[in-house]
Amino acid sequence: MRDVAIVATAQRPSQIGTQLTSVELILPVVAEAVKNAGIQRQDVGFWCHGSCDYMSGQPFSFVAAVDAIGAWPPIVESHVEADGALALYEAWVKLQTGECDIAVVFANGKTTSGPIDRILTLQADPYFVTPLWPGFDAMAALQARACLDAGVVTEEQMAEVAVRSRRDAKSNAVAHLKGDYTVDELLSGPYTTAPLRAHDCSVPVDGANAVVLAADDVARRLAKRPAWIRGIDHRIDTQRLGARSLTTSDSTRIAAEKAGVGRDKVDVAEIYAPYTHQELLLRSAMGLDATTTVINPSGGALVANPAMAAGLARFVEAAEAVFAGRADRAVAHSTSGPCLQQNLVCVMEGD
Amino acid sequence: MAERCAVVGVGQTNHSSCRADVSIAGLVREAVDRALADAGITIQDVDAVVIGKAPDSLEGVAMPELWLADALAAHGKPVFRVHTAGSVGGSTAIVAAQHVMAGIHGTVLTIGFEKQSDGNAMWALSVPIPFGMPVHAGAGGYFSPIVRGYITRSGAPSHIGAMVAVKDRTNACKNPYAHLHEPDWTLEKALETPMLWDPIRFIETCPSSDGAMALVLMSEERAEKMSGPKAWVHATAMRSEPTAFAGREQVSPRAGEMCAEDLWRKGGITKPAEEIDVVEMYVPFAWFEPMWLENLGFAPRNEGWRWVEDGVTEMTGSLPVNPSGGVLSSNPIGASGMIRFGEACMQVMGTAGEHQIDGAKKAVGHAYGGGSQFFAMWLVSSLKP
Amino acid sequence: MSEADGIVRLRQPIGVEYSWSAGPNATSHLSGLMNGKLIGKRCPSCTLVYFPPRNGVCPKCAAILAEDVEVGPKGTISTFCVVNVPFLGQKVKIPYVAAQIVLDGADISMQHLIQECEADEVRIGMRVEPVWKDRSEWGPTLESIAHFRPTGEPDAALGSKAGES
Repeated sequence: MRDVAIVATAQRPSQIGTQLTSVELILPVVAEAVKNAGIQRQDVGFWCHGSCDYMSGQPFSFVAAVDAIGAWPPIVESHVEADGALALYEAWVKLQTGECDIAVVFANGKTTSGPIDRILTLQADPYFVTPLWPGFDAMAALQARACLDAGVVTEEQMAEVAVRSRRDAKSNAVAHLKGDYTVDELLSGPYTTAPLRAHDCSVPVDGANAVVLAADDVARRLAKRPAWIRGIDHRIDTQRLGARSLTTSDSTRIAAEKAGVGRDKVDVAEIYAPYTHQELLLRSAMGLDATTTVINPSGGALVANPAMAAGLARFVEAAEAVFAGRADRAVAHSTSGPCLQQNLVCVMEGD
Repeated sequence: MAERCAVVGVGQTNHSSCRADVSIAGLVREAVDRALADAGITIQDVDAVVIGKAPDSLEGVAMPELWLADALAAHGKPVFRVHTAGSVGGSTAIVAAQHVMAGIHGTVLTIGFEKQSDGNAMWALSVPIPFGMPVHAGAGGYFSPIVRGYITRSGAPSHIGAMVAVKDRTNACKNPYAHLHEPDWTLEKALETPMLWDPIRFIETCPSSDGAMALVLMSEERAEKMSGPKAWVHATAMRSEPTAFAGREQVSPRAGEMCAEDLWRKGGITKPAEEIDVVEMYVPFAWFEPMWLENLGFAPRNEGWRWVEDGVTEMTGSLPVNPSGGVLSSNPIGASGMIRFGEACMQVMGTAGEHQIDGAKKAVGHAYGGGSQFFAMWLVSSLKP
Repeated sequence: MSEADGIVRLRQPIGVEYSWSAGPNATSHLSGLMNGKLIGKRCPSCTLVYFPPRNGVCPKCAAILAEDVEVGPKGTISTFCVVNVPFLGQKVKIPYVAAQIVLDGADISMQHLIQECEADEVRIGMRVEPVWKDRSEWGPTLESIAHFRPTGEPDAALGSKAGES
C-alpha cells in the first residue's frame, strides 16, 4: 500500500437557503483547496465528486460541476451518487493503483432546495416501504425508540450530545447552530417525531467542501504535517429495519476493525451522526471512549448537515485537527441510508 | 505497482423493453447469478460490490444500491456506487478493476443496470429546468446537430447511418440477450424509416431497454486458480471535459481522443486498427460509429464513414464493431457501457457464441456519456499483460 | 396486472417540489431577458463571451464570468436538427427546427427555435434574428423570445472561436 494523506482542505460556511447554484458553491472551495495545497489545477491527476441528483432535482446534476473545476484540457474524473466521503474512498483507491500522485475530492449538498426528509425517504425499498412514505426522521425515531427501550441510550444522554455539539460549534466558523444550552432546557422542548425532539435531529444546510489527497513524497512536499490515511473501509447492512438490530451497527463495527481504529488511542473522532442517539451508537460500535477521545469538536453534523457533503466535512475537520497538532491520531466517519445503513471509517495520523 | 486483474465471469440479462416479470432486484440478480455461474463461484465468495447506473430518476429510487444490498447478499461487505452519466457502465467496471489493481480486494463483483420501464425515461432525462429554452426532444435532439456537424465536415453520404444500423440490428440476431431481434432489415428499408431528429432516422436510434450486466473480477493470484477462460485487463482510461465552452469541438471531443491515446499508451498499442481484433463501441445513434472510429484513432479524420461503407466494421471485416448488436440493439442506459466492456471480455474469452469473432485476442470496450464529454475505455486480452 | 401472468405492478407517483436558484452570476443575463435585452458575459481569463452564461462560470478557465456584454440581436446558425418526435411536455408543433445559434458578439452557441420558414430551407450559416413575445410575457427565461427567423442576409461563415458547436 502507498502512503496517502490529506494535504489540504476547504469548506464554506453553512447556510440555509443559499441563492448560489451548485457550481457557484463548488468553484470557490475547490479553488481554495487547490491553492491551500500550493498546486495548480493541472497538477491534479484525479478528481472525484460526491452529490445526489434527487437533492438537486435534476438528472445528471453533477455534470455541471465539471464546469466549476476547469476541466480543460480534459481531466481524469469520476462521480459517486453518494456522500463525498465515498468519493474520497474512490480517490484513495485510485492513488493506490499508482496511476497518479494528487487527487482532489469535492462534495456539494443543497438540502434546502427540496423537502430533504421526503427525498431521503426515496432511498427506501420502492415496492414495500416508499409507498408508505415513512419519512427519514421517522425511521431514525424508530431506531431511537428501540435504543431507549433496550436501555442502550437515555434521553438525557441524547440531549447531552446536542448540548456538547452546540457548545463546541461556537468555535467553528462553518457551523450553523451554536450556543450554550442545558440538558434540562432541551428536554423541556416538545417531541417533533417522538421520541426525537428538535435537538436530536441535525440541521439541514447547504454546503460544499473539498479535500486534496497526495501520495508518498508528494504529500510530504505539499503539507507540513500531512494527515496520513492509515486505514479506511466501508461496509453496508441490510436496509430492512426488521431484519437487523437497530441498537447496534454491525457495518460500523466491521469498518472500524478493518480501518484499525482500536489499534491505538484516538485523540479526535469526527462522526457523521445526523441524530443524537446515532452518535452514541456509533461511538460504541467503533469502540471509542469519550473520556479519552474528543468527539466531534467541530460540533459535528448535528449543527450543520449538508447531506452528501457532511461525511466529507468530517474528513476536513479530522484532517485539520491533525494539521494543527490537536490530534496525532484521528478518526473520520461517514454514514448513508436509513438508520445508519452504510458506514465508512477512516483512521488518520500525523507524523 | 498495480496488480494484474482479470475478468473471470460475465453475465447479462435478457434485455427487453419491459421486464415486467422481475423487480429491479430480480433484474440485477439475474445478471449477477449468470456472472457468478460463468466464473464458477458463489455470491459468498465476493469481497466487494461496485455498482453503477444512470440517473436515479429513471426508476424513482434514490441511491438504489442501498436497498439492493439485500438482493446482493452484501451485508457486512463494501457496496460502492458510481454515477458518471452514460459512460457509467464503463467507469463502474474501471473502478471495480482498480479495487483489484490496488490490491484492496481479491474478488470484486461489478454491476451496471437500468430498469427504464419502471419509470418514464423521456421525462426522467428531460426534466424542464427553469430559465432555459425547452426546444429539444431528449437525447436525439441534443446529438442530431452534432451528427449534422460531422456530415458537413466529412462529406459523408446520408446512407451511412442506416448502414451502421442495419449491421448492428443484423448482428443482434446472433446475440440471444439483445433487446431487438429484427432479422429483416435491408438498407433500402432502413432508408425509408422516418427522420425523427433530422438527420437521424428512426432506425438509427437506440431502443429504451431494461437490463443489467455483471462481471466478476479477480486478482492474478485468484484468477490463476480458476479453470475457465479469462479476460486480462491490459489498460483502463477515463477522461472528462465540460459540456459546452466557446470553441468546443463536439464532433470529435478532445476528451475522447485523449482517453484513447491514454489507453493505447498504457496497453502498448501503436497501430490500433491493426492490433485490435474487435471493438464494442458506445453507439446510441448510428452515426456515432464513424465519428468514434475517427475520435479513437482507428480511422483518419473524415474517413470513418468510408470504413463503414467498405464493410470494415462488419463481423467479417478487419475491425468488427459491435458484433453484439451494440447500444442500437439494447440500451439499458446504466448497463450499456458495462455491456460493451463485458462483450469485449466475452470476445477474448471465446464465449460470445454465434457473434464470436474467431481468434479474437485483443478487444476494446468503450463508453461515453453526457454531452459527449465523459469517456471510459478498457483494453482486454486473452493473454496476460 | 401486467403482461406477465400473476405479477402485480403498482403505480407509485412520486412528487417532489424544488425551489430553484439561478445564482447571482446569471442575474444580469436573466434580468436582460425580462427587459428585451440579450446580455452575455465575458470570461476575465480567456476573454470569450458566453451567451447564455450557463452557471456564470467559464468551464475552460474555472473563472467567474464578471463583465456583462450586450450581444446580438442577430446571429448565425452553427448547426441544427429537425425534430419530428412528439414527446411529453413538448410545447411546439412538429416538425420544427431546433438550431444552435451564435449571436453576434458571442463566442458560444445557444439553442432556440427557427420559425417563419420551411424546415428544409434552414442551413448552417443562415442569418437569423429574434422575434420577441409580447412585452407582457417577458420573464427571466429565453422563452421571452418566441423564436428566431431568417433575416434574409447572405449566409455568414462562423468565426473559428465559435467552433462547431
